[in-house]
Formats: sequence, structure tokens, C-alpha cells
Amino acid sequence: MTREYNLKRADFIFRNENDWEHILSRTLKKDRRELINELISSELKGRGGAGFPTGLKWKLTSESEAPQKYVICNADEGEPGTFKDREILMKVPFKVLTAMAICAYITGANNGFIYLRGEYKFLQHDLQKAIDEFIYYCNDINFKFSIDIFMGSGAYICGEETALMESMEGFRGEPRNKPPFPTGQGYNRMPTVINNVETLAHTYTIFKHGAKKFYDLGVQFSRGTKLFSVSGDTPKPGIYELELGMSLSDFVNDFGDGDTKAVQVGGASGFLVPRKKFSETNIGYKGKLTGISLPTGGSMMLFNSTRSMYNVLDNYLEFFREESCGQCTPCRVGCQQLHMGIKAVKQGQKPASYLEKLLKLTETMQYTAKCGLGQSVANSFSSIVENFREEMIY
Amino acid sequence: MAQPSELISSLADKYGRQRESLLPILQGVIKQERYLSEETMIAIAHEMNLPAADIYGTATFYSFLEYKKMGEYVIRICKTITCSMKGKNQIILTIEDMLKIGVGETTPDRKFTLLQTNCLGWCHKAPAMLINDEVYTELNPEKVREILSTYLKK
Repeated sequence: MTREYNLKRADFIFRNENDWEHILSRTLKKDRRELINELISSELKGRGGAGFPTGLKWKLTSESEAPQKYVICNADEGEPGTFKDREILMKVPFKVLTAMAICAYITGANNGFIYLRGEYKFLQHDLQKAIDEFIYYCNDINFKFSIDIFMGSGAYICGEETALMESMEGFRGEPRNKPPFPTGQGYNRMPTVINNVETLAHTYTIFKHGAKKFYDLGVQFSRGTKLFSVSGDTPKPGIYELELGMSLSDFVNDFGDGDTKAVQVGGASGFLVPRKKFSETNIGYKGKLTGISLPTGGSMMLFNSTRSMYNVLDNYLEFFREESCGQCTPCRVGCQQLHMGIKAVKQGQKPASYLEKLLKLTETMQYTAKCGLGQSVANSFSSIVENFREEMIY
Repeated sequence: MAQPSELISSLADKYGRQRESLLPILQGVIKQERYLSEETMIAIAHEMNLPAADIYGTATFYSFLEYKKMGEYVIRICKTITCSMKGKNQIILTIEDMLKIGVGETTPDRKFTLLQTNCLGWCHKAPAMLINDEVYTELNPEKVREILSTYLKK
């Protein structure tokens, strides 16, 4: 593929290297502290969307004293517009399993789980076969570790790490209060590392090639590469590995259909960026010196001028309204009110100024909702309403 | 087919009777029966020594743990934004026309139930649907008719 514009394509994740046995046995001989330092110096941040430093997460768990520790691979990929994790588990499962075993070695965990969303049940058979082969090898080299698949049953909120643990323990997938964080009290209240599928796959690259190779990609505060799930009005939907830090205008030049009106970065819980802000928006984690930086789990949805932004917001709000776990009032009632509110404005039952009230409501939700779901409804709501106000009213 | 109580005790033998076995057990019932009846939930409660309300409360949280009678094949059409933009409604109309049922309904012979669901994770190959655990992507009315015809013959 040609290097176009400023987009830097990469090929680490899906490169089929078939050397996992070597990487695993080699890494398990290294000093744990050295490995953690390697991971920390790579500056890898969680690829599920929240962006927590992976090395620190592993370090905290390794330092927690407990009779039992766990490693969980979060494969509850439910954010609208995200489909990369499934592809990783289909194409390079051994990278993920190897990363889980290395994590277990470093943190002192004995058991691993993959929480696989119910919608991906068709993957279970092949993934189990890979696990069986993997554990057979672990036994062979005398490394005690188990990995079990735990199937989800159709609940977006279970992608939230503590909701996922509640679900694994047999309860409703309702997020817990934090702290305590999973690194101290996670699954079964024991120290737990929980990482997104892609994050684990990146650690494989880091343990194989060294932290520097990873660190040298991307930009300051946003190191390495990231998988992007590209969909919507684009001639080439699919999964692409790109270096972090690109500007959205470069992205649109490459992936747009020539008529891109807006891009939703980070799925329904992310932000809508209108055309006039493409050039000042970068894709990466917060902390970049200039422009707006949008962190993302990698969902990039393009909309062209034929699309109504009202319909887009209506679709997102219906989604949140259904997927809110209902546990805390700001989110449960907030999502309903926002959804009914934009309909009322559109149908002329409420004045346009009602949108300001709804914006205030999203602010309240941002501060008072218990978890990321309720807190992040404000992202798409305010970015769509503020940038496409006319479309909300007329 | 095993009677519910037999099925439940065999699932409990397989997965255990602790709380963390609850979801695998519920999923096992769904696989066999497609839905959780009131009697089933009470039987699970007895088997696991848990209040029936707890079983109900947990089961009804998850959209794939149906508690209304379902058909043998549950069709779930993705309705999230990209599928919606790429012709989801046409897919639904085609199925409604073929099966003579609306969304949320089951055919009188209990063979099919038609539902909508949230993002299935196939946005790059929209529109998408699930029939039980099978995925079908890049749908158009013609393709959907073909797929359903094979199920109708089953």
C-alpha cells in the first residue's frame, strides 16, 4: 500500500508471525520487573478507549498481595462502529493468549478469562481450539495457567470492566463504584488485570520487538499504532492499523467519499467532528500540545452530506436508552429524557431553546452518572447538537 | 428433548451450582429452549438454592436471555447507525413479507422470531443480522430471501 498524505499505515497486529511459542518461552525467562519497565517505557495505553497506561495497570496488580489473581481479556466489543477485536481473535488469537500468559507471569495470576460478547458466539469454537493448543504448550514448558471463555449475553454495558466482572460472577451487569479499582479488587474481589483484546495484542509486539520500536511510532503522549474500524460513507470500509496522532483531515482525505460532512470518532460514546474542524482535530490521547485530541477505541464512522445528523443522534440515543443498565438515575432517566427531548424539539412540541436544557442535562449526567456510559452520552449529544443545531430543529 | 428439570440439573452438574455458574446455565437453557419460562427460572432457583427473583432479575438484564416464547430460529437484525444507513429497513420489510410477521413477533408454527438488536460489530459489512448464532452480512433483499429459503426448508 502506498503512503498517502500524512497517514502512516503499519502492520504489526495482523502480521502472522507464528513465533508465539518462542516469544512466550523466551519472555517467561526474563525478570518480571524488567518486563514491567519495558511495558511502561513503551507508553502503551489501553486500546479499548479509556487509555489507561497498560504498564502501570500490570504493575499495580503485580504489587497487590492476594491469594488469587486474574487476567481478563475484554472481548465484549460493543461500541457501535467497532469491530477490530473480533478480527484479532479470528486471525491472531495466539498473540492475545501469549500476552495473557505473560501478564499472568508478571502479575502472579493463575487463571485467565476471555469475556466474549454473545454476538460473537460463532467464534467460540475456534477460539477454544486455540486455547487448548496454547494451554497444552504452557503445560509442556511447565507454566501453570488456565484460560476459559466466558460468554456474554447481549449487554453493551458489560464492556465496562466492573460490569463485566459482575456479569462473570453471575449478576446483572451493573458497574461498581470505583475505587476500588480492579487492580486491587476485581473479579471475585481479587486483584485483576483486565485489558482490551487489542491492548494485549500490542503487548505481544512490545515483548517481541522491544519497547523502543513501539515508542518510536505515533506522537508524544500517543505512542504506537492503533487499529481503526472504518465504516459509514466510505469507499473502503474495514480495519486499518495506523500510527496514532494523525489529523482527521488526512484521515478523511484517505477514507472519505469526497463528500464527508462529519466523522464520529470513538463510536456512539465518542465525538462527532464536523468538516470545519477536521484539520484541527488529531486522533490520539489527551495531552498533545496543539489542537483537539480525541482518544478512541478506534471507531471511525463517516457521514456524507446525504445524512441527517438528527437521525444519527436519534439512533445513538435509542442505543443508550436501551443499553443503560438502569442502576443510576442520571443515566437511566437522562437517556430517556434526551431521546424524548430531541423528538419533541424536532416535532415542534418544544421550542428550540429546549436544546439548551438538554445540554445542561448531559452536563449533569457527565458529573453524576456512575460509569462511563452515562458520563459519555454528553460527548456525542453536545458535539452533534452544537455543530448541527439547525438539523435538530428543522 | 430433555424435560426442563433434567436439562437444568445436567447443566448444573456441568457448570456447578455457585452463583458464577448462573449465566452459563441460563445460556444453556436458551440454547435448548430458546427462552426462559417462568417454570424454568423457578426450577433453576431451586437447583441453585437462590431466590427465584434473583434469577429473574439477572436473566432479564441480558437481551439474549429471552423470557418470552421464541421461535426455533431467532432472527436479530442490527439496527445501529451504519446498518440503519445501509438499508436495514429494506431487510426487515423483506423478512416481514416472507414470514408474514412483524418485528417482535413469532410465526404461528413457532419456527421464526423476528427481532432488532444493537450493534453486532459488522459495520464495515452492513447491513448485518444473526440467525441464532450465525452471522449474515452485506445483506440485500435478494440475499435475505435466499438465506431465509434455506431456513424455511430446514
